[in-house]
Amino acid sequence: MIEVIQLLINGILLGSILALGAIGATMIFGVLRFAHFAHGDLMAIGAYFALSVVSIFNLPILLALPVAMLLTAGLAVGIDQVIYRRIRQVQPVILLISSFATALVLRSLIQMIWGSSNQVYATGIQMPWQIGPLILKPDHLLIFAAATGLVVFVHFFLTRTRMGKAMRAMSDNMNLALVTGIPANRVIMWTWAIGGALAAAAGVFLGMDTRLHPVMGWTLLLPIFAATILGGIGRPYGAIVGGLVIGCAMELSTLIIPGSYKPAVAFAIMVVTLIVRPQGIIKGAA
Amino acid sequence: MSLLNAQGLYAGYGGVDILRGTHLRVETHEIVVIVGPNGAGKSTAMKAIFGLVPIRQGRIDYRDENITRRPPEQMVSRGIAYVPQEANVFPSLSVLENLELGAYALPGDNRQRLEKVYAIFPRLKERRRQQAGLMSGGERQMVAMGRALMIEPQLLMLDEPTAGLSPQLIDETFERIAEINALGIGVLMVEQNARQALTIASRGYVLATGENRYEDTGPALLANPEVAEMFLGG
Repeated sequence: MIEVIQLLINGILLGSILALGAIGATMIFGVLRFAHFAHGDLMAIGAYFALSVVSIFNLPILLALPVAMLLTAGLAVGIDQVIYRRIRQVQPVILLISSFATALVLRSLIQMIWGSSNQVYATGIQMPWQIGPLILKPDHLLIFAAATGLVVFVHFFLTRTRMGKAMRAMSDNMNLALVTGIPANRVIMWTWAIGGALAAAAGVFLGMDTRLHPVMGWTLLLPIFAATILGGIGRPYGAIVGGLVIGCAMELSTLIIPGSYKPAVAFAIMVVTLIVRPQGIIKGAA
Repeated sequence: MSLLNAQGLYAGYGGVDILRGTHLRVETHEIVVIVGPNGAGKSTAMKAIFGLVPIRQGRIDYRDENITRRPPEQMVSRGIAYVPQEANVFPSLSVLENLELGAYALPGDNRQRLEKVYAIFPRLKERRRQQAGLMSGGERQMVAMGRALMIEPQLLMLDEPTAGLSPQLIDETFERIAEINALGIGVLMVEQNARQALTIASRGYVLATGENRYEDTGPALLANPEVAEMFLGG
């Protein structure tokens, strides 16, 4: 029982990281209709941006977080304007492949700039809290609180601001958004900015929880897509639920199968979702 | 000065003209109805005017300004609103959000605009928190028209506003359209329920295979035996 609770704690933690990645991926799909394969590497580069801020300015990681989010948001908008924008009118599969290429470029850039060895934000041992038989690191609480804060922020952005509503509208019905006079390009830029910022946050949290390495984002791409599909493609709230479910399932699976199969669990959930309920928990766009 | 004046339109998809020299005119305060058989190019004419279908040749003037080939968002900012026939609401958004987005391109407060729309469609005020995708066909049509009215248009273009509605709702929709027109808004609409539409129309056009066949006042078209036989189902 204790083991289950411990794994659930780990699962919720992993789930909040996946959710942050999945919200961005699903919003990008909703507005632009393509699976963004570079999303994991966007997460990684966000984590490395924070690493530079931490080491150059000697700041605590939580202060480096907003800087990394801003930088990654800018990078995501830049990538879209330079690469994806030119091929918006072609078949989505070409966009998908070019995002795959972008992923490779980003990963190589990380290796060139920051090196390919493992790195951490802070050295030294963080004393975990011992609550009865359960183990909780202070960082875990921090990650969970910050992730929750960001999700609440996204919720208010989507439901209370004009731009957020326009984003949901475009995700709902692109043609109607066009005839309504919603400025498509501005909405697209905001979508990338939000998606990039959330990806950076996910990357930083992942780096805080474990360590930084160039493929850290790429390896999370599959669970993120699984969360997106489970939650209903194009549905930000579904992505949150999907992320938490996948995260918990991945951790709980270690009760019965070796931990190295965790990604396979995410994959299995994705396949089952596609067979049983392809529209996802919350009816999605595709 | 006509509100809208389209002349000699040739337009279509992929180099094939669906419109072949079509002309249309809407005066301020008019309700103009386009009728005709399937494939006549009625919807294409509306889309071409609104900048959604490439125009190969021809000219469209809106209050003496050339608006040929302008993109839809410029139409909206000039006071032209368009309601497509299908998928004309944002299904996952609430009624209120659908209406608010209608005025996205306009500066300033939405409160007065909303009150005006609620005055025409009181049902939308009652159901403003409702998710638009879960509403009935008739209610969705109200949301769609309400959304279009939020830009305070001078010209409202409706593509088959009564498609798929019950006879009672069809009557009600035409009443609302007349009410909207009475506020000084010009209406250009495509209608399958041609007889009823022509009854409230100031003028009507009969289109077939992308060409103008007849053009007259609503009552005159209804009284024209040729039009009745060929296009209004006898």
